[in-house]
Amino acid sequence: MTKVTMTVNGASVSGEAAGNTLLVEFLREELRLTGTHVGCDTSQCGACSVHVDGKLVKSCTMFAAEADGTDVITIEGEAAEDGTLSTVQQAFQDHHGLQCGFCTPGMVMAATALLKENPKPSEAEVRHYLEGNICRCTGYHNIVKSIMAASGQNVEPMAAE
Amino acid sequence: MPKDNGIGASLKRREDVRFLTGTGNYTDDISVHRQLYVHFLRSDVANGTINGIDTAAASAMSGVVRIFTGADFEGVGSIPCGWQVTDRHGEVMKEPAHPVLAQGKVRHVGDPIAAVVANSLEEARNAAEAIDLDIHELPAAVDMRKALEEGAPLVHDELGDNLCYDWGFVEENREAVDEAIKNAAHVTTLELVNNRLVANPMEPRVAVGDFNRATGDSTLYTTSQNPHVIRLLMGAFVLGIPEHKLRVVAPDVGGGFGTKIFHYAEEAFCTFAAKALNRPVKWTASRSEAFMSDAHGRDHVTKIELALDADNNFVALRTATLANMGAYLSTFAPSVPTWLHGTLMAGNYKTPLIYVNVKAVFTNTVPVDAYRGAGRPEATYQLERVVDKAARELGVDPVALRRQNFITEFPYATPVAVEYDTGDYNATMDTLETMIDRDGFAARRAASEAKGKLRGLGINCYIEACGIAPSNLVGQLGARAGLYESATVRVNATGGLVVMTGSHSHGQGHETVFPQVIAEMIGLDESMVEIVHGDTANSPMGMGTYGSRSLAVGGSAMVRATEKIINKTKKIAAHLMEAAEADIELKDGQFSVAGTDKSVAWGDVCLAAYVPHNYPLEDIEPGLEETAFYDPSNFTYPAGAYSCEVEVDPETGKVTIESFAAADDFGNVVNPMIVEGQVHGGLGQGIGQALLENCAYDENGQLLSASYMDYAMPRASDLPLFKVDHSNGTPCTHNPLGVKGCGEAGAIGSPPAVVNAVVDALQSAGKNVLHIDMPLTPARVWDAMNG
Ligand code: FES
Ligand code: FES
Repeated sequence: MTKVTMTVNGASVSGEAAGNTLLVEFLREELRLTGTHVGCDTSQCGACSVHVDGKLVKSCTMFAAEADGTDVITIEGEAAEDGTLSTVQQAFQDHHGLQCGFCTPGMVMAATALLKENPKPSEAEVRHYLEGNICRCTGYHNIVKSIMAASGQNVEPMAAE
Repeated sequence: MPKDNGIGASLKRREDVRFLTGTGNYTDDISVHRQLYVHFLRSDVANGTINGIDTAAASAMSGVVRIFTGADFEGVGSIPCGWQVTDRHGEVMKEPAHPVLAQGKVRHVGDPIAAVVANSLEEARNAAEAIDLDIHELPAAVDMRKALEEGAPLVHDELGDNLCYDWGFVEENREAVDEAIKNAAHVTTLELVNNRLVANPMEPRVAVGDFNRATGDSTLYTTSQNPHVIRLLMGAFVLGIPEHKLRVVAPDVGGGFGTKIFHYAEEAFCTFAAKALNRPVKWTASRSEAFMSDAHGRDHVTKIELALDADNNFVALRTATLANMGAYLSTFAPSVPTWLHGTLMAGNYKTPLIYVNVKAVFTNTVPVDAYRGAGRPEATYQLERVVDKAARELGVDPVALRRQNFITEFPYATPVAVEYDTGDYNATMDTLETMIDRDGFAARRAASEAKGKLRGLGINCYIEACGIAPSNLVGQLGARAGLYESATVRVNATGGLVVMTGSHSHGQGHETVFPQVIAEMIGLDESMVEIVHGDTANSPMGMGTYGSRSLAVGGSAMVRATEKIINKTKKIAAHLMEAAEADIELKDGQFSVAGTDKSVAWGDVCLAAYVPHNYPLEDIEPGLEETAFYDPSNFTYPAGAYSCEVEVDPETGKVTIESFAAADDFGNVVNPMIVEGQVHGGLGQGIGQALLENCAYDENGQLLSASYMDYAMPRASDLPLFKVDHSNGTPCTHNPLGVKGCGEAGAIGSPPAVVNAVVDALQSAGKNVLHIDMPLTPARVWDAMNG
């Protein structure tokens, strides 16, 4: 066990982690930030996506010790202090971009990272960027729509009918 | 103007805020003080005799609290099956025991052999590796056809063979069907495979067992679509815990799609072990574990024959299916290929004579049970494929052939025992043809060809049965449970309502939709209504959510309970306004006396019920709380027309979905946004089945697709934007909301559309390809073109 210190959602936190403790385990078990989910054991689903030093990272692919000294943002850190949803979060609600909600934290973290890199992505770019995030509920239609809407683009033509 | 409240409004979901901010409460988010962790040691062979399990060294390892094996479950009940099918000879199905931990034999890769309970998951895993297993591997029964041959390896030695049942439906029609097929002007025959799938909700299964020694109460937190059903099955049949001493909680659940209906060994284990150890015990499936322990779906091998007369009218239909049960009978497994499949074989058509034969087969594979659509996708796929093939053989337009044979008068009693209450199949087909600009297809095909690609258009219909089901009917068919739903509506003194429902939401949005219905009935803002579900401690006995039944059955129970509330409040209002009860009207949350300007507000009447100072105490009790159980009188029958347009790259065989459209009749729609989302999700899974997904075993019973590395889940770039329409709703005639259910349609109607489209594309290049089995991977399509 070693002591690991990092900034999570703006607050400095520290805890004990074994050498093989994954960042996602540290977040969920040690810090009780259970918004970050685990959907697979082969780094394929993206349910565990967080931002580490501003980069999109699958937190099941990183040891907690590797994140020592970094700045981590999880889904719990996306809304404003007063609870106001971020633009991406709000767009997901407005356009029904989630059903069971299990993939959602990862989707929101991925979408937020995408829009930082590419503020006006095309539909194809959105779909391509989500290659590492699986959703079983939505058929992706409304996820894509939510992200396009969050980027300020007109999604009227993507209305379902 | 679209409504912003009540029935018909695309109200945004209130549950979204917690899911979007990471504050949902999924089962794995629950950690109970002093909890232990269990790791299951699972069989890595498909069939084998357990000669010995030596746990001595493992038990001595750090952190290990106790290791359980099958011997600890002697005298404990078997995991039960909830449906007994009677076969065509009048014999009941074979029903082998399904122990919580393997006893004597292992029967599929993933069968749990031992359970290591330790202080940490890591310690449990490490100790499991130190267990010394002596298993004698036996040849496995994997392929269904071979499993039925003389001398095949037996999954259950005591059964004598691997046939679970041989079901015929309608048995009395068999000879007439044979005769009609023999004499028909044309018979189209098709053999096909409905590929085995894994449901893969993104949240893996989790169970946390807890026991309170002071009260003797057990609690199970579990990822379930139906906590009351788990309480009943596990309490009464496995562990012998009376229902009042057992609480089952299914909190936020990350998708179900059928695979979280069933009662699983791990749930019983955690509940049992928590009591034995007097400590909470938690299990979280890894994804690899989910692949080898969640019930799988589909896996049918079918031969279907459609007979037509000289005028292309369908005259008879005969199908013979082998249905995989896997190694044990999962909760609803026997019903899926029989009553949920055979009864839908009429489809949207007037075929007068139908005979369905299903042989259910035990194999050394994971149990197979209901997956989104459960039986109806299998029925729709074979029927809509054979109709398409018939159209091609006869050289007629596939839509015209369908229209010619549509059922157009309702109610309609099919020859397979169900009665469709309403529908308008021409209307959904008309809408579909407009949505897809069918007339423009030739130009689109020419444009694809100019790029060196092939283009195909596939169109089909579907009908399904939802809102399962009339209890007396399913009882006759072998269900060992009733299939009603319940709701308790509690009105508080200040007029707010809480609905406790047996329906369970795991993505469907009940917390938003159910209040819309009540808001409409009383004329309140939907924010006045709260939904409570997912906990046997605070909701009445309910059967849960599957078969697109929540609104049709659970919603109906809620309507009935609310009607009782309204009746009572009208009595109170009549008393308060000194008027006759018959003259009281309720509108916009206001009671008034017809023909006068007297009125009293909803909130004042509710307050009077709890502060009954001026109240008809001699006639009615104080308080405002009512419960209703709703048992439907029929299934509901959503139906529609779907189309898929594909491009096929002739160089590689790769299929690209260019467009997909769905025109559905769901009856009345409460929240269009949510209905469309349900259709999108179903389409994603149906297209996934058609193009990508396949659960494969090798001939030794090794599971080849056991992770997302080798089981192809649909990704965002595999799917198109969907065009969906539900404007042709013909309201269901027998439930109070006129709703039919929309959760499974997309998965039912879409696979044949994709395959029809790909066959059409290949045919356009002069290839004599009449069928390709799903999934239509580039390799399979290329082989079909070049084979
Ligand atoms: S849990 Fe990290 S990618 Fe699936
Ligand atoms: S919303 Fe359920 S997995 Fe995406």
